[in-house]
Amino acid sequence: MDKMPKWADVILTPLISLFLAFAISALVILAIGESPWEALKTMVTGAMGSSYGWGFTLYYTTNFIFTGLAVSVAYHASLFNIGGEGQAGLGGLGVAMVCLFIPWPHWTLALLGAMVGAAAFGAAWAYVPAILQAKRGSHIVITTIMFNFIAAALMNWVLVSWLRPVGSMDPASANFPASTHLPKISDFFAAFGIEWGQHTPANVTFLIALLACVAVWALIWRTKLGYEIRAFGRSESAARYAGISPVRITVITMLISGGLAGLMAINNVMGEAERLILNNVEGAGFIGIAVALMGRNHPVGVLLAALLFGFLYQGGGELALWTSIPRELIIVIQALVILFTGALDNMVRMPLERFFTARRLGKRA
Amino acid sequence: MDFNTIIQILDSSVRLMTPLLLACLAGLYSERAGVFDIGLEGKMLMAAFTAATVAALTGNVWLGLCAGILGSLMLSLIHGLASITFRGNQLISGVAINFLASGLTVLLGQKIFGLGGRTPNLTPGAELQAITTPFHDWLSGIFGPDMAATLTTMPRFTEIRLPFAEALRDVPVIGPIYAELISGHSILVYVAFLCVPATWWLLNRTRFGLRLRAVGENPASVDTAGVSVTRLRFAAVAICGVLCGLAGAYLATGLAAGFVKDMTAGRGFIALAALIFAKWRPWGALGATFLFGLLEAVANRYPNLELGPITIPSMFMNALPYILTVIILAGFVGRAIPPRAGGEPYVKER
Repeated sequence: MDKMPKWADVILTPLISLFLAFAISALVILAIGESPWEALKTMVTGAMGSSYGWGFTLYYTTNFIFTGLAVSVAYHASLFNIGGEGQAGLGGLGVAMVCLFIPWPHWTLALLGAMVGAAAFGAAWAYVPAILQAKRGSHIVITTIMFNFIAAALMNWVLVSWLRPVGSMDPASANFPASTHLPKISDFFAAFGIEWGQHTPANVTFLIALLACVAVWALIWRTKLGYEIRAFGRSESAARYAGISPVRITVITMLISGGLAGLMAINNVMGEAERLILNNVEGAGFIGIAVALMGRNHPVGVLLAALLFGFLYQGGGELALWTSIPRELIIVIQALVILFTGALDNMVRMPLERFFTARRLGKRA
Repeated sequence: MDFNTIIQILDSSVRLMTPLLLACLAGLYSERAGVFDIGLEGKMLMAAFTAATVAALTGNVWLGLCAGILGSLMLSLIHGLASITFRGNQLISGVAINFLASGLTVLLGQKIFGLGGRTPNLTPGAELQAITTPFHDWLSGIFGPDMAATLTTMPRFTEIRLPFAEALRDVPVIGPIYAELISGHSILVYVAFLCVPATWWLLNRTRFGLRLRAVGENPASVDTAGVSVTRLRFAAVAICGVLCGLAGAYLATGLAAGFVKDMTAGRGFIALAALIFAKWRPWGALGATFLFGLLEAVANRYPNLELGPITIPSMFMNALPYILTVIILAGFVGRAIPPRAGGEPYVKER
């Protein structure tokens, strides 16, 4: 017997958690002597008040969809992949190698090639923690954290001593050739004579992110593999009893997860920077954790949560520009969202369960 | 490499290992009691910020130290609430705490000092000493006026010269070791080293320690014996907070002279790595953090280490603690087995 109706579990609990997170964020803004209402207005205008704002919001959203999906796929198998940051960074390396060393005739082919490169590198970076978890029982949280740092050092080394063009002081790769430049969303609109989001980085990758949401939904709920992943996540012993190999599921899930995180690079490295720079992920891998938690590991939830964080990210940038609230406010909000929707979930859930149980018993009496 | 260079590198290793050692012992208490803590980094960062802020506002590093411990304890309380009281996911709580500290320190720092998240440099200055006067009178009643003046006008931890350090300096071998390596650190370095035997004794020779270890291995047994699992775990998490507070305060008011944004720079995670390396034991923590401190010291001194035909880039040295930890975790060099009930919230009735 369920303690709560489904709608309360799926919608009410996260909404209350989210409300608490934002209420405390508002208190933080008050504490630093600013008006939360003004801050909210600045953020809404900056992120959604113009097509320019939307262009950036959708660009960030694209990043967070990929990293959020990466965390949620792993979560279905009860694996907590904190390594999205490193996997996305390595994905960037894959994109850079594909774009720099292969002469592509057209951006469509380059995009396909870059997707393979990004996913392969991201998946490869998730493979070692996966195999260590599956075969040696090393805790995947710790190994993926360690791999984030190793990735940072590796990327630093690759950029400084290998991909950096001769004579350049900047630790960044050469610019990608023009044939690999992805069309921006503004280009689509411009083709129809509509001026939308000029000079914004939102690009065709956004559509691929939407496709990825559908693909992940189909994978988790409509395939045998997805069933095995969920069964393994619910109960490892039951899954093993049903003939599901824990090693196989752990490794495959982490490869998919790492591949999704890596795919983020086609947005930020290929679509925006058009070269590989140091620290290109900018924390998007970690935001994926908040996005997955908030989205309850469902692609639709992830999409909505990614949109919210895209809005926060772009709005936060505008805040830093127009008010004296630093950009780091977003990190605080992100922390509070993770805290309330993730760690303090029971704080909201327990009273709610008690409420619904009491109401049902009251009806029966 | 001559003898003096070795002494200098070891000396810098001791400085660099101190925050790692304190944070590692902090994690040890928490994890031996069955509460995973990947929020060491955030707690250290918060402590570094509150310590530097209060030290800058009052000109008194001791008040700063207290503030550092308090700042870290606040986050410990959140972690305890989430992972013990509400039986939430301890890893997620740790992740949230790291971000909370990373964001809040900059937000508050900008509000208080307007220096882009930095605190002012902690150098002795007249404008910093206004608030310390009442303490001065009180302290001079106890220690005499001279000592009181040094204590209250100290905005950061200064190096302590151990007795006879200067006199012994010219004695070959032992002299430099004593004068450079052992003497001349701030008090928190000595505190950190003393924490190692103290932790060993507390864990292995007291009733509290026995219960703490038991609650990390088999909380049901402790509960059956009539001891509160909740209280024990909160005690462990609080000790963890205090030690992280010391680590953060040392970073901002001992090792450096002030707080800068994200100044912990992954040290909390290196401490976590050291804890695994040490297999959750206090003396092991000493060895592991010394090794990682040494790696950092060598990487700082030789950005590109040339070993005959091959040159090792500094990035590799920086990544080495993490690589070593992964190797240890993989169980190729002795198996690291965490406390059995680690990460599991305890439910009294099933």
